[in-house]
Amino acid sequence: MATAEPFLSMQGINKSFGNIPALIDASLEVREGEVMALIGQNGAGKSTMIKVLNGFSRKDAGTITVNGAPWAATSPEMAQRGGISTIFQEINLIPFRSVTENIYLGREIKTRLGLLDLRAMQAGARKLLAEFDIDVDVRRPLGEFSTAIQQMVAIARAVSFDARLVIMDEPTSSLDETEVGVLFETIRRLKAKRVAVVFVSHKLDELYAVCDRVTVMRDGRTVAVSTMADMTKLQLVATMLGRDLAEVRRAGATAFTEGTRTIGEELLSVQDLAVGRRVSDASLSVRRGEIVGLAGLLGAGRTETARAIYGASPHEKGSIRLEGKETDFTAPADAIKAGIGFCSEDRKHEGIIPGMSVRENLTLALLPALSRAGIVDESRQREIVLRFIKEIGIKCSSPEQKIRELSGGNQQKVLLARWLCMNPKLLILDEPTRGIDVGAKAEIQRLIRKLADDGLGVLMISSEIEEIVEGSDRVFVLRDGKMTAEFDGEAINEPAVMGAMAHGHGEVA
Amino acid sequence: MPRLHASAGFGALLALLLIIGFGAWRYDGFISEYNILTVLRYNSMFALVGLGMCFVIMTGGIDLSVGSVAALSSVVAAYLSPYGLIPGLLGGLAAGLAAGIINGFIISKMKILPFIATLATMLAASGVALLLSNQQSVPASYDTNFMALGQGDFALYAPEWVNGEDAGFFGAVIRIFLGFPIPAWIALFAYFLGSLILNRTAFGRHVLAVGGGEEASRLMGLPTDRTIFLVYVMSGFLAGMAGVILAAQFGAGQPIEGVGWELFAIASVVVGGTLLTGGKGSVGATLVGTLLLGILFTVLNFENGMGWISLSAYWQSVLRGGFLLVVVILQSRLTRSAAAA
Repeated sequence: MATAEPFLSMQGINKSFGNIPALIDASLEVREGEVMALIGQNGAGKSTMIKVLNGFSRKDAGTITVNGAPWAATSPEMAQRGGISTIFQEINLIPFRSVTENIYLGREIKTRLGLLDLRAMQAGARKLLAEFDIDVDVRRPLGEFSTAIQQMVAIARAVSFDARLVIMDEPTSSLDETEVGVLFETIRRLKAKRVAVVFVSHKLDELYAVCDRVTVMRDGRTVAVSTMADMTKLQLVATMLGRDLAEVRRAGATAFTEGTRTIGEELLSVQDLAVGRRVSDASLSVRRGEIVGLAGLLGAGRTETARAIYGASPHEKGSIRLEGKETDFTAPADAIKAGIGFCSEDRKHEGIIPGMSVRENLTLALLPALSRAGIVDESRQREIVLRFIKEIGIKCSSPEQKIRELSGGNQQKVLLARWLCMNPKLLILDEPTRGIDVGAKAEIQRLIRKLADDGLGVLMISSEIEEIVEGSDRVFVLRDGKMTAEFDGEAINEPAVMGAMAHGHGEVA
Repeated sequence: MPRLHASAGFGALLALLLIIGFGAWRYDGFISEYNILTVLRYNSMFALVGLGMCFVIMTGGIDLSVGSVAALSSVVAAYLSPYGLIPGLLGGLAAGLAAGIINGFIISKMKILPFIATLATMLAASGVALLLSNQQSVPASYDTNFMALGQGDFALYAPEWVNGEDAGFFGAVIRIFLGFPIPAWIALFAYFLGSLILNRTAFGRHVLAVGGGEEASRLMGLPTDRTIFLVYVMSGFLAGMAGVILAAQFGAGQPIEGVGWELFAIASVVVGGTLLTGGKGSVGATLVGTLLLGILFTVLNFENGMGWISLSAYWQSVLRGGFLLVVVILQSRLTRSAAAA
């Protein structure tokens, strides 16, 4: 069934943003009627690859051919007209407008007078959706329907442009199980119509359920192409993370050293937690003086679990206990008062205030405690700021330097200091070293170790397997919203953790 | 959600009927021909400005310049009125159109926030109007039929019998119909066209799509920049028309009129249930909103006339502001409960 000439061929693609290369000699080939999985960690280059293909971004070098002819789409609408439709991760339709409008926007059917032919469009929309076994009132606003229906409408719209290739960027991230089933059925129908699909997802089971082949990307390069059948889940995870299975050892690639390890009594205990769609059954615990790693693939529910502990998202089920007492946080402010700090993974948007100084950023969360009757005690503020700059080695010209002028590593240190100056009992770190250069990374890792040795409980989320394996005293693995494995001490090693991430249990398959 | 949307418009209509009922019950002469026609004549200007504002707000934008643009057009129209109705009309419209094109260009091509862009043109248009007029009102010509645009009607064409003693109810209806002020006809026609454009043309659907999700619209390949450009052009044009009517109605170009019109227009649009964030709205409900706020004003005048209380114009602003606040709070409550359901 594979044709000799692939429908889509992208070869030697290079793309940089500023000085940072996002794609280096990357390639992707998709055959007619084939479902191709495209996987990789955050920052591996999947999204950039898709954007280069659908005309959203311009490639710096490389060739793209579609059906043997050079492809030169410079905008998503041009790509759409050329037969390549993209369904973005967030459904990019207009919820206020009717289903019909969402399908026909931009290519309305008109009467001879140039007015809209509403009846013809409604009939067309009904017919189109019937092909996908969807029977809804097409006059109702799209926003009234479930996410799955909205997703299907997006797909129907994409396909109705006579798409020959449909790109789906994490289409299942907002769908429940039955909805995913409907989506898969849709993909099979597309396949039967000889339409090619590029399927981006982090859920391995889904890839095996619906994809024919897989392209793995890492650090901007295409590192593997294989049929799904020829690759085990573990191999897939190892390739994604860039670890050679045979050489996986406790090698010491990070700066986490063996500390004094004075692990105390239990600080945090989470039982059978369920949060929204992403987390269905998570349990974990953190003790004083302990770094607990929370591992899992993207979308496994790590951040959601952390946010629930921090009171930023409500949890539907389960219990969260801090020092033995059931917590009842309705907002992060409650968690902060109880002694929990949270460093978000999105440093730029949820962490720093770029235009403010190091001093202001560092003491932002502490201000209520620093001020009396609304007046900030500036001498105390200054004293605290100077102490932390010295203690954790923040490199800045003065406390008054704007934080946006600092390197990523130093920004992260300021954020850590922001929480440390509150004397927390528990610190939750979501991807503490993402986007930080190697040297600063080691410093941050040493700092985390030292904090734990001083008695702080740390819950660390990381996508970097070595950071988890070498930095943690204990590791919990989340897979599709469920806690599937716990490793302690010597049992923590890369094959075991990766195995749990891929299969849901600790053994290597 | 259309149920909610309908209910917002329906609520405004209900409030309008209630307030008319209240006025009819409390004041003599509230439902007189004279009063009805005065209300229509005066509010037709606001209705036109409100219509333009409605389209702008449906894209998620705002046009603060409408008041000074109307003032500017009234000055231009008054200067040209000695040459006749048509030159006066076209001159005023051209001034409005020019302002609209400038707004549209700055916002859609140079990507300046609508609030800032139209704030700038508001100041600029007001300055130009004052410069042109030497800070004086500019008398419009009584020698041409220019004034008909603001004051005229078709009552002259009424058959004899409707003015007779025994014309009865039917006669009164015909009298009012023919006595309908020309500016009200213009506004009605504009609303008819506006409704057709919004509901039955691709442009109208694109307006709502852009307001409901600009990035999504762009990704769908809709001409978002052109759509945004055109709503400001429309708004400027309609403000120009309102300015022409202003000059014709008051017999002079008014460089300092139009202050606060933009807020009145925004209020009418919002009271009509159009979301300030864009994406959802109705032309008809905006007309209802304009009438509602306009009649509220008339009711207060009548109340003052009763002699029990004496509310200054400033108090009327306070009351209207409070009224608007209530509507907006209700709107956000409804939206939130609909989202939660």
